Amino acid sequence: MSGLDPAFLIVGALAIVTAVGMILAKNVVHSALFMVAHFGLTAVLYLLLSAPFLAAAQLIVYAGAIMVLVLFVVMLLGRQEALLDEPIVGQRWLALAALGVLGAALVRVAALGVPAAPEGGTAVVPPAFGSPAAMGDALYTQWVLPFEVVSLVLLVAMIGAVVIAHFQRRPRNEKAGNPAIAADATEIPSPRA
Amino acid sequence: MDAIELGIVALKCLVIVAVLLTGFAYTTFLERKVIARMQQRLGPNRAGPFGLLQPAADGVKLIFKENITPVGVDRFVYFLAPIVSMVVAIMAFAVMPVADPITVTIGGQVREIRFQLADFNVALLYVLGITSLAVYGLVLAGWASNNKFALIGGLRSAAQMVSYELAMGVALVSVVLVVGSLSMNDIVDWQVAKGLPLIVLQPVAFGIYAITAIAETNRAPFDFPEAEQELVAGYHTEYTGMRFALFFMAEYINMITVSGLAATLFLGGHHLPFVERFTGNLPWFVDIGVFLAKVILALFLFIWIRATIPRLRYDRLMAFGWKVLLPISLANLALTAVVIAFLAR
Repeated sequence: MSGLDPAFLIVGALAIVTAVGMILAKNVVHSALFMVAHFGLTAVLYLLLSAPFLAAAQLIVYAGAIMVLVLFVVMLLGRQEALLDEPIVGQRWLALAALGVLGAALVRVAALGVPAAPEGGTAVVPPAFGSPAAMGDALYTQWVLPFEVVSLVLLVAMIGAVVIAHFQRRPRNEKAGNPAIAADATEIPSPRA
Repeated sequence: MDAIELGIVALKCLVIVAVLLTGFAYTTFLERKVIARMQQRLGPNRAGPFGLLQPAADGVKLIFKENITPVGVDRFVYFLAPIVSMVVAIMAFAVMPVADPITVTIGGQVREIRFQLADFNVALLYVLGITSLAVYGLVLAGWASNNKFALIGGLRSAAQMVSYELAMGVALVSVVLVVGSLSMNDIVDWQVAKGLPLIVLQPVAFGIYAITAIAETNRAPFDFPEAEQELVAGYHTEYTGMRFALFFMAEYINMITVSGLAATLFLGGHHLPFVERFTGNLPWFVDIGVFLAKVILALFLFIWIRATIPRLRYDRLMAFGWKVLLPISLANLALTAVVIAFLAR
């Protein structure tokens, strides 16, 4: 793929526009919609880069599942406009500083140069590139350790979520079941704390 | 890609949209007729012979209805939601193979014409990915309408579709394990080569697929997003005229798509796997007829189930999805993997 493929440029530009839209949107649901559009465009970018499996996975996992759940939660909480006050003092300036560092890194990488396409314009993509088999192979041999670590992190997060939900509900149940034990639910030391 | 090839692709797109829209119209007709007969009524019989023009009459009525936009809706999202539903429904059909490719000579060049818009090596994942976007139409409609019933309908659809999608995906993975490919054509060819449809090898996966397909298309007994006794009309309560019709179309086109997918994955697609051992490969027009017959059979089952089984309770639906379907599909996947691993040695 030559670096100046017009389709790639157009889709990439749209992806940036939707990403900016996601940050700037005042309405939470609009923000989430911009994000869905961004994920979809990212999937198209993967397609253009000859990785159809990754594109489909992007659609199924991010656009199809994660963002649906995000929308679900947003809708459960009701229609809210974005908070205009800053939870962290001076967060805009901090964000600007972080942006500067990342931008500098990007410029530096760009200066190092992208691997040039071979003579004749387009690089040759090996036939099995990006196929489910090649992806699986890489994931379960070369990258097996990071893969397992990620699944462990997800498991920990899941247990954490269950614990939080469980502890919030539990004292109330005990209170309902046996008022003698739990006169004031908030003061019960949890057995796992 | 030259001009002629581009023309062929454009033509295929037109044909797919036209066939799906006609298919939608006559699926509603089939549904009304079949349910009427099952309830000992006649069904629509006034417009045209046997009521065959009823879908056209319905269409005209919906087009001429006033489009009412309620106060307090989120305008952009309110307009967007039906469009999302419809676009996603039509897109999913793009990878469905309908007949064997034929070769024709156009302008002195021999060209192969496939009865399929596109085939790539992850076609099955493409269908799953696109159909998983279908939920946005419902969720956004429910949210944008500024109506409690619509919002609850949208929320239900989000919860329901995410839960049932998982079991469906896992059930289909066991099919993919057996065949060893995600391409629609490979899956059909495999069934023809082995001489048996995959429903024989993977009956459990087929059962789970059939149940989850009903839930994914929000059909009775899983039609919670629009349960009329509880939610007026659910997510499309505030929609009228053609905007409502788009949701209606999307539902029926989704039915056609999941039926086509069932035919392709489990019933041999446009072939007759066992029969073709004796007759040889059938010509393309017979292929189309075979595919159509399988789809109509599946649609009939959809309608039959709707006429037979009352709606579940919502908590039962979620419990059934997570505590019954998902474990069964996981066990089926593990069993399939083990058997394949031992057969490979």
